[in-house]
Amino acid sequence: MTLISSSSTQKSGVAPAALHTEKLTMQYARKVAFRDVTLSVPAGQITALIGPSGCGKTSFLNCLNRLTELTPNTQTTGTVLLDGQNIQAMELIQLRRRVGMLFQKPNPFPLSIYRNLEFPLQEHGIGQRDRVAQIIEINLRRVGLWEEVKDRLKSPALALSGGQQQRLCLARTLALNPEVLLMDEPCSALDPISSEVVEALIDRLRGDYTVLVVTHNLAQARRIADRVALFWMEDTVGKLIESGSGQELFESPQHPLTQAYISGKRG
Amino acid sequence: MIKQRPRSRRSSFGEPLMQGLLWSSVLLITGAFMWLCSDIVRHGFRQLSWDFLTQLPRDTGRSGGIGPILVSTGLIIGVCLGVSIPLGVGTAVFLNEFSAPQRWLSQFLGISLDILAGVPSIVFGLFGNAFFCKTLGLGFSILSGGLTLACMVLPILIRSTQAGLQSVPNDYRLSAAALGVSRSAVLWQVLLPAAMPGLVVGLLLGIGRAIAETAALLFTSGYVDRMPTSLMDSGRALSVHIYDLAVNVAGGEQNAYGTALVLVLLLMMINGSVSWLGKRFQQTRILDV
Amino acid sequence: MTTLLKRSILSRSYGDRFVAALFQGFAIASGAIVLLIILFLLRESYPILHRVGVLRFFRDPSWHPTSGEFGAMPMLWGSLLVTLGSVLIATPLGILSAIFCQYYAPPRLAPLYRRLIELLAGIPSVVYGLWGLVVLVPLVRRIQPPGTSLLTGIWVLALMILPTIMLVADASLANVPAAYLRGAAALGLSRWAIVRGVAIPTAQAGLMTGILLAIGRAIGETMAVLMVCGNVVQVPDSLFDPVRTLTANIALEMAYAMNEHRSALFVSGLILTGLIAILVTIGEWVNRGQMYD
Repeated sequence: MTLISSSSTQKSGVAPAALHTEKLTMQYARKVAFRDVTLSVPAGQITALIGPSGCGKTSFLNCLNRLTELTPNTQTTGTVLLDGQNIQAMELIQLRRRVGMLFQKPNPFPLSIYRNLEFPLQEHGIGQRDRVAQIIEINLRRVGLWEEVKDRLKSPALALSGGQQQRLCLARTLALNPEVLLMDEPCSALDPISSEVVEALIDRLRGDYTVLVVTHNLAQARRIADRVALFWMEDTVGKLIESGSGQELFESPQHPLTQAYISGKRG
Repeated sequence: MIKQRPRSRRSSFGEPLMQGLLWSSVLLITGAFMWLCSDIVRHGFRQLSWDFLTQLPRDTGRSGGIGPILVSTGLIIGVCLGVSIPLGVGTAVFLNEFSAPQRWLSQFLGISLDILAGVPSIVFGLFGNAFFCKTLGLGFSILSGGLTLACMVLPILIRSTQAGLQSVPNDYRLSAAALGVSRSAVLWQVLLPAAMPGLVVGLLLGIGRAIAETAALLFTSGYVDRMPTSLMDSGRALSVHIYDLAVNVAGGEQNAYGTALVLVLLLMMINGSVSWLGKRFQQTRILDV
Repeated sequence: MTTLLKRSILSRSYGDRFVAALFQGFAIASGAIVLLIILFLLRESYPILHRVGVLRFFRDPSWHPTSGEFGAMPMLWGSLLVTLGSVLIATPLGILSAIFCQYYAPPRLAPLYRRLIELLAGIPSVVYGLWGLVVLVPLVRRIQPPGTSLLTGIWVLALMILPTIMLVADASLANVPAAYLRGAAALGLSRWAIVRGVAIPTAQAGLMTGILLAIGRAIGETMAVLMVCGNVVQVPDSLFDPVRTLTANIALEMAYAMNEHRSALFVSGLILTGLIAILVTIGEWVNRGQMYD
């Protein structure tokens, strides 16, 4: 038990990095997803992005690790700084290693549980068997999956339950030792119990990682977020309406839309 | 009050008529199939023996076996697959994973493949004769025949590999990208293994088409029924042997039937083993440490 | 969906660049094959086209390429008649078979029957030819000699292309949304009325595609017709007359053809490819029509 708890709080290596976007705008072929978003995400804190569906939160998240480049005909303007460095100027693979991502739907590869972690590690140049095994064990322990899967590491990852798959995906991302973690509604596709487990895991990442999480669950945002940013749709274009510490935003919202949203009147 | 409308004459009449028509056409087709199969099995089975499979043909094929013909067929198929698998899989991967569909090269390839898939096999024979045999100077040889067949099965391989890749969920590509994994690595480790069923289906169809092919081989790999000593030798394929025995050799029908049975059995065996291999391959990849 | 990841530059890693270049090379090679085929057909037929022109192939009274007569019309007729006959037989049988499998067959029988048709599709054409030659030709000869005839060709070919029509029709009928069928059934329509009024119109494009594929296969088929049609160069007067198709002509004469004769055979190859190109175009058009429906 001591081993689990010590390793679950322990983080080796890189310090969390701050993210800052300046007048970030992204458009698809015909539609502007969001415009002029200027937001600071402080290092080591959990920032929640809230707001109604379709207001550009996911698109915003995808800009931060340049995943939008996978979709043809998208255009991004403005700057994103990771630890003061422009991400456009960074090597793509390095960027995506430093900025990890967890998707709404758990998406492990159709490989074995072990291979799901080993494969990305090898790709990033960590090939030593002992070391890989060590990293995998540590990270599976951190997401509380080790005890559940240690006897069937070689069985297909797709045979795990939804919640286990999501934790595996988190372990897979953590194994690469990222500085920032982007999460796109990581709990919304899970059953209530798994959702609670994953939320607790996110909560424990505080301090070790900069976490940016999109959520539709206001109660969840209130529980885990240090800072909150509200996105809203204005004339079919997503906008950042208000951002601040969780306490400020929930207790004394400045913008009328924020007041309406958090009290459940709109959205 | 609404009275029940009388059924229209057409439908009351149509239904039993259709039933009769359907069942009789099904019986007709099944009958024809049984006739064909029983004929091949009945006549062919008598010829089948170890000696038939291993010995040299004698008396221009009327007696003796089909040993060299089996070897030639195997070599022709081998050359065909050796060339068409890398070319076909590479092209499919390029089209699906590396190229935008709007690019002119992709569009041109799409149209080309449709044409290639429709070109009659005898035209492939003409092309193979002019290009491989004459222009490249390979003459009537197993190499010429195999290369000609490779051109022929290419569209089948490409289309089914593409279908296989298309069926791989985009989640895998997304999560690989988010993990900063290079595209070539995700291709070898995830996409191709996941697309394996499509690839295997293509392989199966391709082998089926290649081994059944006759017209494209008549003027490329030729008629020589001796044991080939190299890929530059002319070699007679099973299907060409059947044709020659049936048409050019009086009294060759029995051995033609024997060869036909071997060909049909071979087709079934290849289909079976390839799909078995494909399944196994997929499993081992998933379970691989 | 797979428009994702289509961007040509995603990563600057060497491995990716190498793999992308390698596969692009493979793709270019595959595309080049079509160009090569067309190029070689044209190059080999150029001498004769240049000297006598393409019209002589349709106008000359007879086919004696060694003495300067290039009339290919009888062979073209042969190809068209064999194709027409076999398609006329195979289309209703194939579509009825598909309807049977989808809507009428007892649940256990449908997959069995489909499996049988798939087996039929897998039998090589030379085996069909052998069977036709040994079994059907003597049967027809009993009615009227010589037995090798247009009729036997149609018979064998119909059996060969039937699986194509059946399997494509079966797949497109299976794609008819179940909601349509339920809706029609809820209106109290009979099974045949549902098939005729809903299923067939919805699957129309697929049925057409199957028929076009079958026509293409029939026109291009060589071995089976070569073995059972008798190969006499003439426009047939009856079903019992022997005919020679364009494909059979190439197979028969290629072995000894020289110079202009060889060149003339390549012209018939071009004509065949042209016929197929027309069919492919019609097919595209049929499928496009469906898309805009």
